Amino acid sequence: MRLKCPVCGERDRREFYYVGDAVALARPDPDAGEAAWDDYVHNRDNPAGVTRDLWQHEAGCAAWIVVTRNTVSHEILETALAADVKRAMS
Amino acid sequence: MILKGVRHVVNLLATSPANGLLPTSRSGVSLNELALGQLTSVAPFEGQIVAVEALLGMVLPKAGRTVGKLGAELVWFSQGQYLAIGFDVDDAVKGKAAITDQSDAWCALEIKGDKSEAVLARLVPVDLRAATFKRGHALRSQLGHMPLHITRTGKDVFRLLSFRSMTGTMVYEISRAMDLLDARG
Ligand SMILES: [Zn+2]
Repeated sequence: MRLKCPVCGERDRREFYYVGDAVALARPDPDAGEAAWDDYVHNRDNPAGVTRDLWQHEAGCAAWIVVTRNTVSHEILETALAADVKRAMS
Repeated sequence: MILKGVRHVVNLLATSPANGLLPTSRSGVSLNELALGQLTSVAPFEGQIVAVEALLGMVLPKAGRTVGKLGAELVWFSQGQYLAIGFDVDDAVKGKAAITDQSDAWCALEIKGDKSEAVLARLVPVDLRAATFKRGHALRSQLGHMPLHITRTGKDVFRLLSFRSMTGTMVYEISRAMDLLDARG
């Protein structure tokens, strides 16, 4: 598997560290309530299909990257700097 | 009380990271250590790139590139970070960027010769052939399992940087790849 780092270009999977669901970019407000926090901390979908994960280009430029990929076909659909994604959310 | 001066304290001699390990060579490829002098990482604060460039008197390189010449070189080092090689970074830059002395943190090696690409192909998971990785190009990747910063400094010449503490492993890994390639004739 190869991932396209927005800074470095396409690289081997071994250079990246996998973190998990990109939900970490949508941290609730401290007073959002138990349900929102329970959902944020514990609940994840496990889709057969398109998923959005956070990866880090650990052995490269150290950027955090949001990777949209298909868990069935292993196709990489999109990669974007997490900083850019977060900025666009706010 | 500690008495200072040559009568009381031995003169300390600096040893390079790969002291006693190099140079080494095989047919078509040689490996030696580089003395790069002062190394400083420069990470400009948000919105301060132009100010940093003005203070350095140099334009910062794009991702994956180097600028300047021997003794006054700036290389792309990581996301938003650059390495100044071979010169003192002016104190005035401190207010505009995070700067850290890296002089004793890295081991710098040079691999040279027409088989250097073939040796590196066994260790680095990036295409380093001249068609895609040209003179003055730089990138961060891995050498085996070690962190690596690599620059193509000439037609068949590469500069390799890894953590100083891993120098022995670095030399061993590259020497072994040189041996295995050599054995194939
Ligand atoms: Zn990268």
